[in-house]
Amino acid sequence: MLSVTGLSKSFPGARALDGVDLAVRPAEVHALVGENGAGKSTLIKVLTGVYRPDEGEIVLEGRPVRFATPLEAQRAGISTIYQEVNLVPLMSVARNLFLGREPRGRLGLIDFRRMHQAADEALRALGLRVDVRRPLRSLGVGAQQMVALARAVAADARVVVMDEPTSSLEPREVRTLFEVIRTLKERGIAVIYVSHRLDELYEICDTVTVLRDGRRVHTGSLAELDRLRLVSLMLGREMGEVRGKGRAEFTGAHRTSGEPVLEAIDLTVRHSLRGVSLRLRPGEVVGLGGLLGSGRSETARAVAGALPADSGRVLVAGVPVRTGSTPAAIRAGISLLPEDRKAEGIVPGLSVRENIALAALPGLSRFGLVDDARIDRVVDTFVKRLRIKASSPHQRVGELSGGNQQKVLLARWLAMRPRVLLLDEPTRGIDVGAKAEVRGLIDELADEGLGVLLISSDMEELIGGSDRVVVLRDGAVVAELTGAEVTEERLLRAIAAQEGGGPDD
Amino acid sequence: MTEPAAPRRVPWDRARTPAFLQGYGVYAGVAVLLLANVLLTPHFLSAENFRTQAVQVAPVLVVALGMALAIGAEGVDLSVGSVMALSTSLLSLYLGYGPWIALIAAVVGGAAVGLANGSLIAFVGVQPIVATLALMVAGRGLALVLLPQLRDVRDPGMAALGSQDLLGVPHPVLIAAVLALAVGFTVRRTTFGRQLLAIGDSRPAARLAGLPVRRVLIVVYICSGVLAAIAGVLATARLQASDPTSLGTLMELSAITAVVVGGTPLSGGRIRIGGTVAGAVLIQLLTATLIKHDLPPSWTQIAQAVVIVLAVHAARERGKR
Repeated sequence: MLSVTGLSKSFPGARALDGVDLAVRPAEVHALVGENGAGKSTLIKVLTGVYRPDEGEIVLEGRPVRFATPLEAQRAGISTIYQEVNLVPLMSVARNLFLGREPRGRLGLIDFRRMHQAADEALRALGLRVDVRRPLRSLGVGAQQMVALARAVAADARVVVMDEPTSSLEPREVRTLFEVIRTLKERGIAVIYVSHRLDELYEICDTVTVLRDGRRVHTGSLAELDRLRLVSLMLGREMGEVRGKGRAEFTGAHRTSGEPVLEAIDLTVRHSLRGVSLRLRPGEVVGLGGLLGSGRSETARAVAGALPADSGRVLVAGVPVRTGSTPAAIRAGISLLPEDRKAEGIVPGLSVRENIALAALPGLSRFGLVDDARIDRVVDTFVKRLRIKASSPHQRVGELSGGNQQKVLLARWLAMRPRVLLLDEPTRGIDVGAKAEVRGLIDELADEGLGVLLISSDMEELIGGSDRVVVLRDGAVVAELTGAEVTEERLLRAIAAQEGGGPDD
Repeated sequence: MTEPAAPRRVPWDRARTPAFLQGYGVYAGVAVLLLANVLLTPHFLSAENFRTQAVQVAPVLVVALGMALAIGAEGVDLSVGSVMALSTSLLSLYLGYGPWIALIAAVVGGAAVGLANGSLIAFVGVQPIVATLALMVAGRGLALVLLPQLRDVRDPGMAALGSQDLLGVPHPVLIAAVLALAVGFTVRRTTFGRQLLAIGDSRPAARLAGLPVRRVLIVVYICSGVLAAIAGVLATARLQASDPTSLGTLMELSAITAVVVGGTPLSGGRIRIGGTVAGAVLIQLLTATLIKHDLPPSWTQIAQAVVIVLAVHAARERGKR
């Protein structure tokens, strides 16, 4: 039906796809999996005409095709459902369904009666009963997703690409979606299904292609591939290689003692977290493991008040902290280094000095006037201690290297004298030398008695740096590895374990 | 940082010149205009002429100071002209209680509009351009309800404000200068100023750093409203009349022009108060020059347009670097 050979695509500074092959047969549900940066989204965007490939060819139903625009791809029979619904919220449900191919009456005007009827039928077929005249916006996210699906299916699609279609659906809606996928199969339509939820993949998909670092690392029948093997392929860890490889890569055990400095109890956030609980003792580095989309960043953000929690409590040294408020969390001593350093961490236009002083500013001022001498002292201390390399404290942070930007952020929080540090991918996108330095700093800080929560997609870093690892899957804690259990093998097993089966052996 | 002088030296001509132009071009422009006028315009170098120019530019400058704060916070305040009208209406209505009470009423009116703007932006999440557009319409309407037509202002205090000096400097100019220094100090030296710039540069980062984003935004728009109200009082004092139908019309555009020409980027995160002062003076001098040479007002507008395009061009070049 659809086959792709030798597809390559480069962006400035990064090779997103490197000679990728993919073949999808009619009536096949093909899973496309991989971690962050594996090239899934790039591949989808090439297939749907958003990007043009540098090399390689796409063959659809025996004919080589090149799409210049998403519209061309759609006309050729490739429909896409994106993670975020991309329809027109203010238009009616029916108009959204038929956007660009409205049934015309005489004089070329839209035949609304026919359109509404057809729309109603199409949605009923998916088990959705809504007034198709209402604006799409008035529907819930799940229902909107179903409209997007109906649109994709109605548009005479030969191939339907679904990019994490279940991320905002309720379990009941997921069931409906799967039924629709089965109907599509019966009609001979091929489905490319992207998801991180292993249970879903094993339920609905026939074949799987695993991408890693822009290359295809595996293609084959999903039923013949066990979960553990699939996870190892995604994370790039061969079982034989990881067996027995323990922690103590960069330091190992810290002296942990006493009462927990941070307790999160039953944190629940709609669509991302289901009753996550964890505790951190002073001087302890706790790793958060799990696949992309398992709720690692959401846990950190909910603890730091940056993501409003629907229920659950956060305690710092036994004292409750108001959830959903960043200032409250910061006052309590919780500091978050966000995953997206450039967009949410640094203030690129301000200097190193001002970035470091930013959060602590009220404490470094008298009557609202900035006390420059005190700021200079604080900045000087941290620039030295964290070995921040900048031409001067007045250099703009946006001009620094990634590693130094991360150190500036660390300095910003250390100036607040926090009790808990939440580090979300602290070494992503920074060079090897700086990585080692940042890891060393994390150890130092834990030794000084901070509680550290470490999120990392780098297995070695997670295993090597953590005293304990809490494993998340689909927004819930599924395992906790302590002491000698902190090994890559155990982590892989915990991630791959069946729903309800718990961590095995 | 890691790569030293080499990549900087090569693109000197292309990269450094616009940076220089954006930073100091506005001062150079003022200098060029002054020089040209000294050479070409008769009676330019008279104290009386400078006095007139300075008194005329004062209200624009005061409004532009508030605008600079709003733009620095990645917003804009379109309601300033209407706030001037509201201010003149309130001033005229309360003048019976004495000039100080009237002044306070005008300033409170400006602060109220600013509070409404700030609340819409910070709590409701309306885009600044839309929120302040709403208040621009509402403010002018309210001003006309309070004072339906032009009314003369006969008050010795207001007359003194409009026409007398302190040590040879006209009062409006003195007030504008003091306000410029105060705003400059606020931006550079106060916690509020630093937080304002951080919010303008990266709102998500500021929020995650625990800054009081909403409070800062509200204070920014209150400041802008109060400054516009003061500008309204100054303009009323100069005209010796309250005219809510026409006072302050298109003032928002003049103020934005002064700020942008002065080198403050519309994307927020940086405020140049010195540049804003020079920007206001530049526009004033440009207008005055063309008038003195008997060119029609349409020429002034075209000249302003050219200056704006040049300023934006310089800013764009810098952004690309």
